[in-house]
Amino acid sequence: MKNIWTIASRELRAFIVSPVPYVVSALFLVFMGYLFSLIVISSQEASLRSVFGNMIFVLLLLAPALTMRLLAEEKRLGTIELLLTSPIHDWQVVIGKFLGSVITFAVVMVAPTLYYALILKFIGNPDMIPLFTGYFGVLLFGSMFLAIGLFTSSLTQNQVIAYFAGFVLLLLMFIADPATSITGFGPLGTFVSYVSIQKHYDGFFRGVLDTIDVVYALSVIAIALILATFSLQSRRFS
Amino acid sequence: MTTDSTPMIQVDHLFKTYGTYQALRDVSFQVKRGEILGFLGPNGAGKTTTMRILTGYLPASSGTARIAEHDVFSDSLAVRKRIGYLPETVPLYTEMTVYDYLDFAARLRGVENTFDAVDRAMEMTNIGERADTIIGKLSKGFRQRVGIAQALVHNPDVLILDEPTIGLDPKQIIEVRNLIKEFGKEHTIILSTHILPEASQTCSRVLIINNGEIVAEDTPARLASRVRGAEHVYLQVAQSAPGIAKELEKIKGVLGVTAKEENGFEIETTLGTDKRAELATLAVQRGWGILELRPVGMSLEEVFLKLTTEENV
Repeated sequence: MKNIWTIASRELRAFIVSPVPYVVSALFLVFMGYLFSLIVISSQEASLRSVFGNMIFVLLLLAPALTMRLLAEEKRLGTIELLLTSPIHDWQVVIGKFLGSVITFAVVMVAPTLYYALILKFIGNPDMIPLFTGYFGVLLFGSMFLAIGLFTSSLTQNQVIAYFAGFVLLLLMFIADPATSITGFGPLGTFVSYVSIQKHYDGFFRGVLDTIDVVYALSVIAIALILATFSLQSRRFS
Repeated sequence: MTTDSTPMIQVDHLFKTYGTYQALRDVSFQVKRGEILGFLGPNGAGKTTTMRILTGYLPASSGTARIAEHDVFSDSLAVRKRIGYLPETVPLYTEMTVYDYLDFAARLRGVENTFDAVDRAMEMTNIGERADTIIGKLSKGFRQRVGIAQALVHNPDVLILDEPTIGLDPKQIIEVRNLIKEFGKEHTIILSTHILPEASQTCSRVLIINNGEIVAEDTPARLASRVRGAEHVYLQVAQSAPGIAKELEKIKGVLGVTAKEENGFEIETTLGTDKRAELATLAVQRGWGILELRPVGMSLEEVFLKLTTEENV
């Protein structure tokens, strides 16, 4: 645990001095602020359901930008050699970096949107449960996107490639569901439908916590982090 | 437990292949506690590969390596606790300050009191006055020293330095060499270099590696004499007369004479003999006028060239 925190805290300090999180956060908040006012004014509803839905889509675009540096930069600078020859497991490096990015994401992107809830509370009478589950869903799915971005960052030394690989992978998972019309409803169709991001987040935003959706996000996180660890270890098999 | 008699580093029959390329072939050696071993070899000889295997960064294709009785592959974490490693590319986070970076390195190695450890490492490498400087703003020499500080911040038993003086100016090189010697009094050090004087000045033992194979292993002094195969004497005379070389060759035990510039001759004689007295007598008898007569030692440079360009030594 101490090792993981050593990695995570260094990552947090690196985020503080890097311009990337500030830019990503600013773009995110401008875009979300615009969508929030648009949606609330036109719908006249004290609910964040469609705001959350849009937030997920924006995060597809922005989450890989937070994670693209994490391992690609270490490989490019050679600092990975310091980490992997220290008395610490490869998976601890991966988890530590993941944790660092999740904390950064929560602080610079999710927390500044909490005032949407306050505004709704001020001007209307929102149902609080979907707000809580909604924010939980955003954190969970955001973390999932970060885990996937961390995985693509482990594949290359080039941050731009890491970003686009992450974005395209997320986009494919996002639009996987319509592919069931090609695959039919066999085992492959079930798999494609299960992988689809779209199938899993709406419950949170309606205030319904479904175990399968939580399990989905957690298992994707676990798989992405395991793959990232394997990718780090692949040097051992080459 | 390791005692003084068990080797600190024990490497047996290491092989490493990258695809079809054979990077290491049957590399075996030992390093005792308190020894400074120099890896000498041209670029691409397998020095870095050997070091990476010792640090657990890369696995060997076959063979074993043990540090302080721990296998570098199966007991990697125990090994990594005991080593400090400076890779060829100094692993620096350019956005951190020197102090923060060393503190991070110390925490990674599980140091409890990082404040004292960082302080000591900065003092040893003489970078204390730059503690709060961002690493990206440091000169090459300082960066190298921060890299060395990082390797010894947890006071490891074994220090593995890949080209520690590369890119430094002569004054810094001397400082780093002194630092290595100082640290080597109580610790075991392996360093690689392709600069020969470095090996002869800092190392107690040199291992010459070429094409993934160890071609020679000895103290710098013994290595030089071993390769020589013959004694060499340099003679310079005042008179330039034809036939001097022929006359010299007639002396018993002289194997060959090479004419040099300005009436100089390099005379090769049988190993273990000293023909200087006879040469002097002859020169006096013929009235050539001796200007210089001295034995020629072989520099490690020549040893290195000879060892790495010839098939069998």
